[in-house]
Order: sequence, then structure tokens, then C-alpha cells
Amino acid sequence: MTIAFSEEAEAKIKEYEKRYPTKRGALIPVLKLAQKEFGYISQDVMRLVAERLGLPESAVINTATFYTMLYKEPVGKFHIQVCTNVSCYLNGSDMIVDAVREKLGINMGETTPDGMFSLEGVQCLAACGNAPAMQVNEDYYESLTPEKVVKIIDELKQKGGDQ
Amino acid sequence: MNTSQYTPVLLRSRPDRDYKKLDTHLAYGGMRAVRRALRMKPEEVVETVKKASLRGRGGAGFPTGMKWSFVPKRHDKPVYVTVNADEGEPGTFKDRYFLENDPFPVLEGTIITSYAVGCHTAYIYIRGEFFKGIRVMEDAIKQLYKRGYLGKNILGSGFSLDIYVQPGAGAYVCGEETGLLESIEGKPGRPRNKPPFPAVVGLFGGPTIINNVETMADVRLIFDLGAEKFLSMGLPKDGGPKIYGISGHVVKPGLYEAPMGTNLKSLIYDYAGGIRNGKQLKAVIPGGLSTPVLKPDEIDISMDFDSVRAAGSMMGSGGIIVMDEDTCLPEVLKRVTAFYHHESCGQCTPCREGTSWMDRIMDKIIAGKGEKGDIDQMLRVAKQIMGKTICALGDAAAMPVIGFLTKYREEFEAYIENGGCSH
Ligand SMILES: Cc1cc2nc3c(=O)[nH]c(=O)nc-3n(C[C@H](O)[C@H](O)[C@H](O)COP(=O)(O)O)c2cc1C
Ligand code: SF4
Ligand code: FES
Repeated sequence: MTIAFSEEAEAKIKEYEKRYPTKRGALIPVLKLAQKEFGYISQDVMRLVAERLGLPESAVINTATFYTMLYKEPVGKFHIQVCTNVSCYLNGSDMIVDAVREKLGINMGETTPDGMFSLEGVQCLAACGNAPAMQVNEDYYESLTPEKVVKIIDELKQKGGDQ
Repeated sequence: MNTSQYTPVLLRSRPDRDYKKLDTHLAYGGMRAVRRALRMKPEEVVETVKKASLRGRGGAGFPTGMKWSFVPKRHDKPVYVTVNADEGEPGTFKDRYFLENDPFPVLEGTIITSYAVGCHTAYIYIRGEFFKGIRVMEDAIKQLYKRGYLGKNILGSGFSLDIYVQPGAGAYVCGEETGLLESIEGKPGRPRNKPPFPAVVGLFGGPTIINNVETMADVRLIFDLGAEKFLSMGLPKDGGPKIYGISGHVVKPGLYEAPMGTNLKSLIYDYAGGIRNGKQLKAVIPGGLSTPVLKPDEIDISMDFDSVRAAGSMMGSGGIIVMDEDTCLPEVLKRVTAFYHHESCGQCTPCREGTSWMDRIMDKIIAGKGEKGDIDQMLRVAKQIMGKTICALGDAAAMPVIGFLTKYREEFEAYIENGGCSH
């Protein structure tokens, strides 16, 4: 499959390249941009990034595989990330995880068959003062209760269906 | 105690003022500190920070002015400043506040720091999950360029500076200063051997200063209020105010700004309203997940870098996690070992193997299959990690394990015996 960066992305890449004295400096911002463009970092995407930045493919693979936010496999349209670290645990994060599991019928690390939702347990989101917390794609949800979580998922479903 | 006598100078947000707008910031004394610093000689700026006894707020409490003076006078590569906004230490949630609500004090601190050490390119390394913080910071930087506070010849001073936002991509270890540098260079964030220290050989081989977000806001404060005033807000060897984050089983969790050296017990009971639902206190983690736990009779201490160390723990990031009498500590420790196992970058054998081993033992204990020797086994593994690794993550993984298992040994023994917590 041949894939290519959009014009918009290409303009951003040029901007990134100016920020660093080395070619590799731009790699992580470009990988993040690629993820936005293509959904996840597939082999093809890694090859494209390597080619575009003039880096060996091994360098791109090396970096891409180190970072958890660079997805090597597709995730749901709404990627639900529940914090399971201590402050959230003390405030009932287990119940939040259970509420999501029950509502969506999936376990940690799984995606719903329609590709709409995926669930993952994550480390501290720096929202401990409003625990328990979770992140869905780019947005934070804090001071959660099981009821709130069910409502949030319903709203997301609506949003997902509308698009 | 009356906690209302103190007026916060760092946590100044209020619903009716949008400090994300440069105009609002300017209306309340914004950029005054930058103007003042740019009128001084760089060496004077460093001296002023030394006089204020500012110690880094990222966890280690290293004197900031001293760190800056390690940048060699002669160097053939550019000097860099990187702001550590990777905030990932569990229990810590102060830097995110600045990034999302009040970015300009941090940027003022960055400009002043860069001027002091002769840097013309600075990077704000922001944790990847903080999408909002990244957007707010990028916008704030844009506003500063527009008004001549960034770019070429800032305010006619002859000093030029570019600041870029560098997003992280999900790795706690990139908060470690050399892991952070590797990450900006586009590599996996595996920490480097030291020496050489970053102030001598850092980013892209150039001398590099790495400071925490709150440290940067403090730098601005020093030039806004004056070094004497800043110093007087804290302790003689540990100046200024401190942001304490209190979470867990307290009545009012949240961020509290108070003088450096405020009593820990008072922070929990006076500021955060004490333990929720009238329960008794069981345990306190004083400064982020890696700092050894304190028992209720150990918390009548001053929260500053030296005092908490003297009490056998560390102030770290100032992220205080409070646990009530019903807390099941083995369940808590399982979260601790899982975290460090997940976050070890794997390049040192004691850290890679040790964190995995400790986590497996905790799995076994939680599954109700714990055995008598497990506690001593974990203690042995933890002690084998201490001091034998490239970066401090190894020690950070070992210390809380040793703390919990030695201070609450009976509870862990009972858990193993009964296959669970009694309540
Ligand atoms: C595993 C690990 C993670 C760290 N994470 C952070 C972090 O998220 N933010 C931070 O400011 N410092 C963090 N530090 C401390 C930094 O290495 C460094 O000491 C600090 O950024 C220096 O800034 P300061 O002098 O202003 O405190 C971490 C250290 C280790 C060992
Ligand atoms: S101590 Fe752990 S995290 Fe740090 S460099 Fe070694 S393996 Fe990596
Ligand atoms: S422990 Fe969940 S946000 Fe910090």
C-alpha cells in the first residue's frame, strides 16, 4: 500500500525540521503527526517516515517501539484509558474499570467489534487531586463515578454514530 | 492553625481571570521579571538565584543557581535549556496546572534561565498525554513572539531566544533528565551514564540545563518579588513557596501553596481537611510514589528537602498520598511494583530483572498464593537494585518496596496468611 502525508502535514514537518540541528530530532513529532494522519504506526508508516526524514528504518523502528503513545496496532475510535495508579485506586478506580468493562463488554487491552471503543489501564495521569481519572483520546475526565462513566460512554457513542 | 494568612503567588488562578491570555498576565505584573533580569548581567542573574536559595522542584532538590553555574564558560557547541514538563511521578499533579492554566510564569522563567546561561534555543518537554497543556503552551509562545518577548533581540536587549514545545510520547523514564534529552534527539528515552553531566555535555552535545516547570515559575518569582522576599517565604537553605499536591483519603484533595517547610501533619489536617469520613490515618507517601512511606507518628515534620530526608524519606515532588485505616496496603504496593516494572527502560539488569521479579511476587501474593519467604525475598531483590543502576528509577522502584515491607510487615504477613486483607 502506498501512503503519503497530506499537504498540511508536510508543511508541519518542514516546520519541525527547522527546530533541531539533526535530522533525527524531528522524529518523534513527525511520528505523532503520522499517527494523527494514519491512525496508528504501521510498518508502512514507519517506512514512510524513514524515507521522508532520510533516516534508516531501524532508527525509526527503534524509537517508535519505545513509546507507549505511538500505537503499533489500531486502537478504538475512542481509546479509553483509565488510571489504575495509587491515588485513583484509593478513590475506586477498580469500580471505574468494571463499569467500562460491563458497559462495553470488553476487557483491558481489547477493542469492541465495531472498532468504536478500546480500553486500557494507564499509569498516573497527573489528575490525582480529582481521582479517579481517565483519558479518552485527547480529553481528560476527572472525579469519576461508575454512573458518570456510563453517561460519558453513551455520549461518545452518540458522537461516534453521528460522524 | 490559620491557613488563610498566606496569599498564594504561584497558584494565582481564579475563574474571572484568564491567565492564558498575555494581556491578562501583563495586567497583573506579567513580564516584569523578564525586563528586570534582562537589565542585569547574566552572572548577576545566576547570583540572584543563588541568593534566593532556590532548590529544584523536580524531585531531587538540587540548588538551581549552582546547577546553572556548571555550564562551562567556554564551549564550542550551543547551550540549551530544557524545561521538564513530563510530570509522571504518581501522586504529582502540579506542573499540569501551570501548563493548562498559567503558562506565562513558566515561560518567563525559561527566558530568564536561557539569558543567564547563554542559551538561544529552549525546549519545553511536555508529557504526551497533556494535549491541552501542549495546546495552551504553544499558544502562549505564539503570543510572546507577537509582542517581541521571544525571537530576535528581545525587548531591544540584544538577547535572542526561540522556545519550542517538545511533546513526549508516553514513557515515564523520559522525566529523568538524560532520558528526556535522548527523547528530544528522537531516540528511545534511555537514560545516559553520568558523568558527563548535562550541564557540560547535554542535548545534541551542547551544555544543557534541565529544570522542572515549578522551578521555572519560581525563577520568575525571584525576579518579580526580589531574592530576599523569595528567600523569606521559605527556609534559609531552601527558599520560596512550595506547591504541595494532596490526594487519597483526605476531605479536600488538591493543590496547596504554602511556605517551604510547612508541617506535613498540618498540610493533611489543616489544609486538606483531614481524613475523610472520620477515619483514622494509616500511611502517608510524602513526595510522589517513589518516596518511602511514613507512619502516622512520623508525619509531624517540616516538608522541605532536608527535613524529610532526615525523617527517612524524601520530599520529592511534594505529591502527598494519604491512606486511611481501611486501606489494603498489599493492593497499594501491587500498584507500585506494577508501575516501576512497566516503566523500567530495561538497560540495567538489576532494574529490569528486579522490578519484574518484585512485581511477579506481588502478583502471587495478591492472587492469594503468597508464601512465608516472599517478604524477605522482595527485600533482598530491592536491596540488590539500590545504587547499582544508571538512573534513579532503580532506587525509586526499590525504596517504596523496602518502606512498605519493613514498616507494615505484619499487615503483609497477615495478607499472605489469610490470602487477603481482613476488611
Ligand atoms: C525516573 C525519573 C523520572 C523523573 N521524572 C521527572 C519529571 O517528570 N519531572 C521533573 O521535573 N523531574 C523528573 N525527574 C527528575 C529529573 O531527572 C531532574 O532532576 C529534574 O528535572 C531537574 O529539575 P530541577 O532541578 O528543577 O528539579 C525524574 C527523575 C527520574 C529518575
Ligand atoms: S535504572 Fe532502570 S530505568 Fe534507569 S536506566 Fe537503568 S534500567 Fe533504565
Ligand atoms: S494516580 Fe490516577 S491520576 Fe494520579
